[in-house]
Amino acid sequence: MSFDHLVLGATGEFLNIGDIIATLVIFLLLMALLKKFAWGPLMGIMQQREDLVASEIETAEKSRQESQQMLDEQRTLLKDARNQAQEIVENAKKQGEVSREEIVTTARSESARMKEQTVAEISNEREKAIAAVREEVVALSLLAATKVLEKEISEEDNRQLINETIAKAGEVQ
Amino acid sequence: MDHGAPMYQLFGIWFNLSNVMMLLVAALIVFLIAFIATRNMKLKPTGMQNFMEWIMDFVKGIIKSNMDWKDGGRFHVLGITLIMFIFVSNMLGLPFSIIVNGDVWWKSPTADPTVTMTLAAMIILLSHYYGLKLKGLKGYSSDFLKPMPFLFPLKIIEEFANTLTLGLRLYGNVYAGEILLSLLAGLAGASILGFASAILPMMAWQGFSIFIGTIQAFIFVMLTMVYLSHKVSEDH
Repeated sequence: MSFDHLVLGATGEFLNIGDIIATLVIFLLLMALLKKFAWGPLMGIMQQREDLVASEIETAEKSRQESQQMLDEQRTLLKDARNQAQEIVENAKKQGEVSREEIVTTARSESARMKEQTVAEISNEREKAIAAVREEVVALSLLAATKVLEKEISEEDNRQLINETIAKAGEVQ
Repeated sequence: MDHGAPMYQLFGIWFNLSNVMMLLVAALIVFLIAFIATRNMKLKPTGMQNFMEWIMDFVKGIIKSNMDWKDGGRFHVLGITLIMFIFVSNMLGLPFSIIVNGDVWWKSPTADPTVTMTLAAMIILLSHYYGLKLKGLKGYSSDFLKPMPFLFPLKIIEEFANTLTLGLRLYGNVYAGEILLSLLAGLAGASILGFASAILPMMAWQGFSIFIGTIQAFIFVMLTMVYLSHKVSEDH
Protein backbone atom coordinates (compact mmCIF):
# COMPACT_ATOMS: atom_id res chain seq x y z
CA MET A 1 0.00 0.00 0.00
CA SER A 2 1.49 3.29 -1.08
CA PHE A 3 1.10 6.46 0.90
CA ASP A 4 2.15 8.66 -1.98
CA HIS A 5 -1.34 10.12 -2.30
CA LEU A 6 -1.17 11.37 1.28
CA VAL A 7 1.93 13.43 0.59
CA LEU A 8 1.16 17.10 0.16
CA GLY A 9 0.85 18.18 -3.44
CA ALA A 10 1.84 14.76 -4.71
CA THR A 11 -1.18 13.52 -6.56
CA GLY A 12 1.00 11.29 -8.64
CA GLU A 13 4.38 12.51 -9.72
CA PHE A 14 3.28 15.91 -11.06
CA LEU A 15 2.83 19.25 -9.42
CA ASN A 16 -0.63 20.05 -10.66
CA ILE A 17 -0.36 23.75 -11.39
CA GLY A 18 -3.53 23.33 -13.40
CA ASP A 19 -5.51 22.77 -10.18
CA ILE A 20 -4.11 25.92 -8.67
CA ILE A 21 -5.10 27.93 -11.70
CA ALA A 22 -8.51 26.24 -11.84
CA THR A 23 -9.18 26.90 -8.15
CA LEU A 24 -8.23 30.55 -8.43
CA VAL A 25 -10.11 31.14 -11.65
CA ILE A 26 -13.25 29.33 -10.52
CA PHE A 27 -13.32 30.98 -7.11
CA LEU A 28 -12.66 34.48 -8.39
CA LEU A 29 -15.14 34.04 -11.21
CA LEU A 30 -17.74 32.78 -8.75
CA MET A 31 -17.09 35.76 -6.48
CA ALA A 32 -17.41 38.20 -9.37
CA LEU A 33 -20.61 36.60 -10.66
CA LEU A 34 -22.17 36.44 -7.22
CA LYS A 35 -21.25 40.05 -6.57
CA LYS A 36 -22.98 41.04 -9.77
CA PHE A 37 -26.04 38.81 -9.55
CA ALA A 38 -26.61 38.06 -5.88
CA TRP A 39 -24.68 39.99 -3.25
CA GLY A 40 -24.88 43.32 -5.02
CA PRO A 41 -28.69 43.40 -5.29
CA LEU A 42 -29.06 41.85 -1.84
CA MET A 43 -26.79 44.42 -0.24
CA GLY A 44 -28.64 47.08 -2.19
CA ILE A 45 -31.97 46.01 -0.82
CA MET A 46 -30.59 45.69 2.71
CA GLN A 47 -29.15 49.18 2.42
CA GLN A 48 -32.50 50.37 1.09
CA ARG A 49 -34.25 48.85 4.07
CA GLU A 50 -31.75 50.43 6.42
CA ASP A 51 -32.38 53.79 4.82
CA LEU A 52 -36.11 53.26 5.02
CA VAL A 53 -35.96 52.40 8.71
CA ALA A 54 -33.70 55.36 9.38
CA SER A 55 -35.97 57.76 7.53
CA GLU A 56 -39.04 56.30 9.23
CA ILE A 57 -37.44 56.83 12.62
CA GLU A 58 -36.51 60.36 11.63
CA THR A 59 -40.04 61.06 10.46
CA ALA A 60 -41.48 59.65 13.65
CA GLU A 61 -39.12 61.76 15.71
CA LYS A 62 -40.01 64.84 13.72
CA SER A 63 -43.75 64.31 14.01
CA ARG A 64 -43.36 63.61 17.71
CA GLN A 65 -41.59 66.93 18.13
CA GLU A 66 -44.22 68.63 16.02
CA SER A 67 -47.04 67.24 18.10
CA GLN A 68 -45.19 68.21 21.27
CA GLN A 69 -44.87 71.72 19.93
CA MET A 70 -48.55 71.81 19.03
CA LEU A 71 -49.46 70.50 22.44
CA ASP A 72 -47.43 73.26 24.07
CA GLU A 73 -49.07 75.79 21.81
CA GLN A 74 -52.51 74.51 22.67
CA ARG A 75 -51.64 74.54 26.34
CA THR A 76 -50.57 78.16 26.13
CA LEU A 77 -53.70 79.03 24.23
CA LEU A 78 -55.86 77.30 26.81
CA LYS A 79 -54.10 79.14 29.59
CA ASP A 80 -54.64 82.44 27.82
CA ALA A 81 -58.28 81.65 27.24
CA ARG A 82 -58.74 80.75 30.90
CA ASN A 83 -57.08 83.95 32.00
CA GLN A 84 -59.20 85.93 29.60
CA ALA A 85 -62.37 84.28 30.83
CA GLN A 86 -61.45 85.01 34.40
CA GLU A 87 -60.77 88.62 33.47
CA ILE A 88 -64.10 88.88 31.75
CA VAL A 89 -65.92 87.45 34.75
CA GLU A 90 -64.10 89.79 37.07
CA ASN A 91 -64.87 92.75 34.88
CA ALA A 92 -68.53 91.80 34.77
CA LYS A 93 -68.57 91.45 38.52
CA LYS A 94 -66.98 94.83 38.97
CA GLN A 95 -69.38 96.40 36.51
CA GLY A 96 -72.32 94.76 38.24
CA GLU A 97 -71.10 96.10 41.53
CA VAL A 98 -70.82 99.57 40.07
CA SER A 99 -74.26 99.50 38.47
CA ARG A 100 -75.80 98.09 41.65
CA GLU A 101 -74.31 100.94 43.62
CA GLU A 102 -75.62 103.34 41.02
CA ILE A 103 -79.11 101.88 41.06
CA VAL A 104 -79.24 101.93 44.81
CA THR A 105 -78.06 105.52 44.94
CA THR A 106 -80.55 106.54 42.32
CA ALA A 107 -83.38 104.79 44.12
CA ARG A 108 -82.39 106.30 47.42
CA SER A 109 -82.27 109.83 46.04
CA GLU A 110 -85.53 109.26 44.18
CA SER A 111 -87.30 108.10 47.29
CA ALA A 112 -85.90 111.02 49.25
CA ARG A 113 -87.09 113.40 46.61
CA MET A 114 -90.52 111.80 46.55
CA LYS A 115 -90.74 111.95 50.33
CA GLU A 116 -89.86 115.58 50.33
CA GLN A 117 -92.39 116.28 47.65
CA THR A 118 -95.02 114.41 49.59
CA VAL A 119 -94.23 116.28 52.80
CA ALA A 120 -94.40 119.56 50.90
CA GLU A 121 -97.72 118.58 49.35
CA ILE A 122 -99.13 117.55 52.71
CA SER A 123 -98.16 120.80 54.39
CA ASN A 124 -99.52 122.65 51.44
CA GLU A 125 -102.84 120.85 51.72
CA ARG A 126 -102.87 121.47 55.40
CA GLU A 127 -102.35 125.18 54.85
CA LYS A 128 -105.11 125.13 52.29
CA ALA A 129 -107.45 123.28 54.69
CA ILE A 130 -106.68 125.61 57.56
CA ALA A 131 -107.34 128.57 55.33
CA ALA A 132 -110.61 127.00 54.19
CA VAL A 133 -111.67 126.34 57.78
CA ARG A 134 -110.86 129.86 58.73
CA GLU A 135 -112.97 131.16 55.91
CA GLU A 136 -115.79 128.89 56.95
CA VAL A 137 -115.53 129.96 60.57
CA VAL A 138 -115.67 133.58 59.51
CA ALA A 139 -118.62 132.84 57.28
CA LEU A 140 -120.43 130.99 60.04
CA SER A 141 -119.71 133.68 62.55
CA LEU A 142 -121.06 136.18 60.08
CA LEU A 143 -124.11 134.00 59.55
CA ALA A 144 -124.64 133.59 63.27
CA ALA A 145 -124.26 137.29 63.83
CA THR A 146 -126.72 138.00 61.06
CA LYS A 147 -129.20 135.57 62.53
CA VAL A 148 -128.72 137.14 65.99
CA LEU A 149 -129.28 140.54 64.62
CA GLU A 150 -132.32 139.58 62.50
CA LYS A 151 -134.20 137.77 65.22
CA GLU A 152 -135.45 139.09 68.65
CA ILE A 153 -134.40 136.26 70.69
CA SER A 154 -133.98 135.59 74.31
CA GLU A 155 -130.78 135.34 75.94
CA GLU A 156 -131.38 131.77 76.30
CA ASP A 157 -132.17 131.39 72.74
CA ASN A 158 -129.17 133.44 71.89
CA ARG A 159 -126.90 131.31 73.86
CA GLN A 160 -128.41 128.25 72.41
CA LEU A 161 -127.97 129.62 68.99
CA ILE A 162 -124.37 130.50 69.54
CA ASN A 163 -123.71 127.10 70.91
CA GLU A 164 -125.44 125.57 67.95
CA THR A 165 -123.34 127.61 65.59
CA ILE A 166 -120.18 126.74 67.34
CA ALA A 167 -121.13 123.10 67.27
CA LYS A 168 -121.86 123.45 63.59
CA ALA A 169 -118.52 125.10 63.03
CA GLY A 170 -116.84 122.24 64.89
CA GLU A 171 -118.63 119.79 62.69
CA VAL A 172 -117.55 121.60 59.61
CA GLN A 173 -114.06 121.80 60.74
CA MET B 1 -8.09 2.97 -0.79
CA ASP B 2 -5.21 3.65 -3.10
CA HIS B 3 -7.15 5.39 -5.81
CA GLY B 4 -5.51 7.48 -8.47
CA ALA B 5 -6.56 10.77 -9.90
CA PRO B 6 -7.66 11.51 -13.45
CA MET B 7 -4.64 13.56 -14.52
CA TYR B 8 -4.69 15.40 -17.79
CA GLN B 9 -2.01 17.49 -19.47
CA LEU B 10 -2.89 20.65 -21.37
CA PHE B 11 -0.24 23.08 -22.71
CA GLY B 12 2.33 21.33 -20.54
CA ILE B 13 0.28 21.97 -17.36
CA TRP B 14 -1.18 19.09 -15.39
CA PHE B 15 -4.81 19.21 -14.36
CA ASN B 16 -6.56 16.95 -11.89
CA LEU B 17 -9.83 16.73 -13.80
CA SER B 18 -11.68 15.51 -10.72
CA ASN B 19 -10.68 18.69 -8.83
CA VAL B 20 -11.66 20.89 -11.73
CA MET B 21 -15.01 19.20 -12.09
CA MET B 22 -15.82 19.27 -8.37
CA LEU B 23 -14.81 22.92 -8.11
CA LEU B 24 -17.13 23.70 -10.99
CA VAL B 25 -19.94 21.70 -9.37
CA ALA B 26 -19.48 23.49 -6.05
CA ALA B 27 -19.33 26.87 -7.75
CA LEU B 28 -22.44 26.07 -9.76
CA ILE B 29 -24.39 24.98 -6.67
CA VAL B 30 -23.36 28.07 -4.72
CA PHE B 31 -24.22 30.30 -7.64
CA LEU B 32 -27.62 28.68 -8.14
CA ILE B 33 -28.51 28.90 -4.44
CA ALA B 34 -27.49 32.53 -4.24
CA PHE B 35 -29.01 33.44 -7.59
CA ILE B 36 -32.38 31.80 -6.91
CA ALA B 37 -32.49 33.16 -3.39
CA THR B 38 -32.04 36.73 -4.54
CA ARG B 39 -34.80 36.78 -7.15
CA ASN B 40 -37.91 38.83 -6.35
CA MET B 41 -36.28 40.63 -3.49
CA LYS B 42 -38.55 42.68 -1.31
CA LEU B 43 -38.02 45.22 1.42
CA LYS B 44 -39.97 42.87 3.63
CA PRO B 45 -37.93 39.67 3.12
CA THR B 46 -39.50 36.23 2.74
CA GLY B 47 -38.24 32.67 2.45
CA MET B 48 -34.84 32.29 0.84
CA GLN B 49 -34.13 35.99 0.99
CA ASN B 50 -34.26 35.73 4.76
CA PHE B 51 -31.72 32.93 4.64
CA MET B 52 -29.29 34.85 2.43
CA GLU B 53 -29.65 37.93 4.60
CA TRP B 54 -28.92 35.82 7.62
CA ILE B 55 -25.70 34.58 5.99
CA MET B 56 -24.74 38.14 5.13
CA ASP B 57 -25.35 39.30 8.67
CA PHE B 58 -23.46 36.31 10.01
CA VAL B 59 -20.35 37.11 7.92
CA LYS B 60 -20.79 40.76 8.79
CA GLY B 61 -20.67 39.74 12.45
CA ILE B 62 -17.46 37.78 11.87
CA ILE B 63 -15.84 40.78 10.18
CA LYS B 64 -17.07 43.21 12.80
CA SER B 65 -15.63 41.08 15.60
CA ASN B 66 -12.18 41.49 14.02
CA MET B 67 -12.04 45.00 12.62
CA ASP B 68 -13.83 48.24 11.97
CA TRP B 69 -16.64 47.96 9.47
CA LYS B 70 -15.02 50.93 7.75
CA ASP B 71 -11.99 48.74 6.96
CA GLY B 72 -13.74 45.39 6.80
CA GLY B 73 -16.71 46.26 4.62
CA ARG B 74 -14.64 45.62 1.50
CA PHE B 75 -14.15 41.97 2.55
CA HIS B 76 -17.87 41.27 2.93
CA VAL B 77 -18.33 39.81 -0.56
CA LEU B 78 -15.17 37.73 -0.17
CA GLY B 79 -16.36 36.40 3.19
CA ILE B 80 -19.83 35.39 2.01
CA THR B 81 -18.55 33.72 -1.15
CA LEU B 82 -15.83 31.94 0.81
CA ILE B 83 -18.09 30.57 3.53
CA MET B 84 -20.72 29.31 1.08
CA PHE B 85 -18.18 27.88 -1.34
CA ILE B 86 -16.25 26.01 1.34
CA PHE B 87 -19.41 24.80 3.04
CA VAL B 88 -20.85 23.41 -0.18
CA SER B 89 -17.47 21.91 -1.08
CA ASN B 90 -17.24 20.18 2.29
CA MET B 91 -20.72 18.75 1.90
CA LEU B 92 -20.21 17.44 -1.65
CA GLY B 93 -18.08 14.45 -0.68
CA LEU B 94 -20.37 13.28 2.12
CA PRO B 95 -23.25 11.48 0.40
CA PHE B 96 -21.13 9.36 -1.97
CA SER B 97 -17.89 9.05 -3.83
CA ILE B 98 -17.53 8.06 -7.48
CA ILE B 99 -14.57 6.07 -8.65
CA VAL B 100 -14.15 5.25 -12.34
CA ASN B 101 -11.39 2.88 -13.45
CA GLY B 102 -9.53 3.40 -10.18
CA ASP B 103 -9.69 7.18 -10.48
CA VAL B 104 -11.63 9.20 -7.90
CA TRP B 105 -13.99 11.54 -9.70
CA TRP B 106 -16.58 12.62 -7.12
CA LYS B 107 -15.18 13.91 -3.81
CA SER B 108 -15.03 17.13 -1.90
CA PRO B 109 -12.80 19.60 -3.75
CA THR B 110 -11.58 20.69 -0.32
CA ALA B 111 -10.31 17.14 0.31
CA ASP B 112 -7.41 18.03 -1.96
CA PRO B 113 -4.47 19.94 -0.46
CA THR B 114 -3.75 21.78 -3.70
CA VAL B 115 -7.19 23.39 -3.63
CA THR B 116 -7.17 24.35 0.04
CA MET B 117 -3.58 25.60 -0.09
CA THR B 118 -4.45 27.70 -3.11
CA LEU B 119 -7.33 29.29 -1.22
CA ALA B 120 -5.16 29.84 1.85
CA ALA B 121 -2.31 31.35 -0.17
CA MET B 122 -4.80 33.57 -1.92
CA ILE B 123 -6.06 34.86 1.43
CA ILE B 124 -2.56 35.52 2.75
CA LEU B 125 -1.51 37.29 -0.45
CA LEU B 126 -4.70 39.33 -0.26
CA SER B 127 -3.89 40.33 3.31
CA HIS B 128 -0.43 41.53 2.23
CA TYR B 129 -1.91 43.38 -0.71
CA TYR B 130 -4.46 45.20 1.44
CA GLY B 131 -1.87 45.83 4.15
CA LEU B 132 0.32 47.57 1.60
CA LYS B 133 -2.61 49.38 0.03
CA LEU B 134 -4.21 50.69 3.21
CA LYS B 135 -1.17 51.36 5.43
CA GLY B 136 1.45 52.24 2.86
CA LEU B 137 4.90 50.68 2.57
CA LYS B 138 6.09 52.26 5.82
CA GLY B 139 3.18 51.16 7.99
CA TYR B 140 3.14 47.75 6.38
CA SER B 141 6.83 47.02 6.95
CA SER B 142 6.91 48.50 10.44
CA ASP B 143 4.32 45.91 11.43
CA PHE B 144 6.99 43.25 11.02
CA LEU B 145 9.04 44.88 13.77
CA LYS B 146 6.20 44.98 16.28
CA PRO B 147 6.01 44.47 19.16
CA MET B 148 9.82 43.85 19.33
CA PRO B 149 12.32 44.18 16.45
CA PHE B 150 14.08 40.92 17.35
CA LEU B 151 10.83 39.05 16.67
CA PHE B 152 11.22 39.82 12.96
CA PRO B 153 12.27 36.26 11.99
CA LEU B 154 9.30 34.87 13.86
CA LYS B 155 7.03 37.28 12.02
CA ILE B 156 8.34 35.96 8.71
CA ILE B 157 7.83 32.38 9.81
CA GLU B 158 4.34 33.29 11.03
CA GLU B 159 3.26 34.28 7.54
CA PHE B 160 4.18 30.87 6.15
CA ALA B 161 2.82 29.07 9.19
CA ASN B 162 -0.48 30.91 8.80
CA THR B 163 -0.73 29.89 5.17
CA LEU B 164 0.06 26.28 5.90
CA THR B 165 -2.24 25.90 8.89
CA LEU B 166 -5.11 27.72 7.18
CA GLY B 167 -4.98 25.45 4.14
CA LEU B 168 -4.04 22.17 5.80
CA ARG B 169 -6.57 22.45 8.64
CA LEU B 170 -9.40 22.50 6.11
CA TYR B 171 -7.84 19.80 3.96
CA GLY B 172 -7.09 17.52 6.91
CA ASN B 173 -10.55 17.74 8.42
CA VAL B 174 -12.40 17.10 5.19
CA TYR B 175 -9.99 14.47 3.89
CA ALA B 176 -10.00 12.53 7.15
CA GLY B 177 -13.77 12.53 7.10
CA GLU B 178 -13.83 11.14 3.59
CA ILE B 179 -11.25 8.45 4.33
CA LEU B 180 -13.30 7.16 7.20
CA LEU B 181 -16.47 7.34 5.11
CA SER B 182 -14.85 5.36 2.30
CA LEU B 183 -13.55 2.77 4.79
CA LEU B 184 -17.04 2.39 6.23
CA ALA B 185 -18.47 2.22 2.71
CA GLY B 186 -15.99 -0.54 1.89
CA LEU B 187 -17.07 -2.43 4.97
CA ALA B 188 -20.74 -1.95 4.14
CA GLY B 189 -20.18 -3.25 0.62
CA ALA B 190 -18.25 -6.31 1.73
CA SER B 191 -21.03 -8.45 3.21
CA ILE B 192 -24.49 -8.44 4.78
CA LEU B 193 -22.92 -8.52 8.23
CA GLY B 194 -20.57 -5.71 7.26
CA PHE B 195 -23.49 -3.63 6.03
CA ALA B 196 -25.37 -4.20 9.27
CA SER B 197 -22.39 -3.24 11.38
CA ALA B 198 -21.42 -0.26 9.21
CA ILE B 199 -24.81 1.43 8.98
CA LEU B 200 -24.79 3.00 12.44
CA PRO B 201 -21.19 4.32 12.45
CA MET B 202 -21.76 5.52 8.89
CA MET B 203 -24.75 7.61 9.93
CA ALA B 204 -22.95 8.93 12.97
CA TRP B 205 -19.86 9.84 11.00
CA GLN B 206 -21.83 11.48 8.22
CA GLY B 207 -23.63 13.60 10.79
CA PHE B 208 -20.35 14.45 12.43
CA SER B 209 -18.82 15.28 9.04
CA ILE B 210 -21.66 17.71 8.34
CA PHE B 211 -20.88 19.34 11.66
CA ILE B 212 -17.14 19.41 10.89
CA GLY B 213 -17.70 20.76 7.39
CA THR B 214 -19.83 23.58 8.77
CA ILE B 215 -17.39 24.41 11.53
CA GLN B 216 -14.42 24.33 9.15
CA ALA B 217 -16.13 26.70 6.73
CA PHE B 218 -16.79 29.07 9.63
CA ILE B 219 -13.21 28.73 10.94
CA PHE B 220 -11.72 29.36 7.52
CA VAL B 221 -13.67 32.59 7.11
CA MET B 222 -13.02 33.61 10.71
CA LEU B 223 -9.25 33.12 10.31
CA THR B 224 -9.34 34.87 6.95
CA MET B 225 -10.78 37.91 8.65
CA VAL B 226 -8.32 37.64 11.54
CA TYR B 227 -5.33 37.59 9.18
CA LEU B 228 -6.77 40.40 7.09
CA SER B 229 -7.41 42.51 10.17
CA HIS B 230 -3.84 41.94 11.39
CA LYS B 231 -2.57 43.53 8.21
CA VAL B 232 -5.28 46.15 7.80
CA SER B 233 -6.22 47.43 11.25
CA GLU B 234 -4.20 50.05 13.08
CA ASP B 235 -4.58 48.71 16.57
CA HIS B 236 -3.02 45.30 15.95
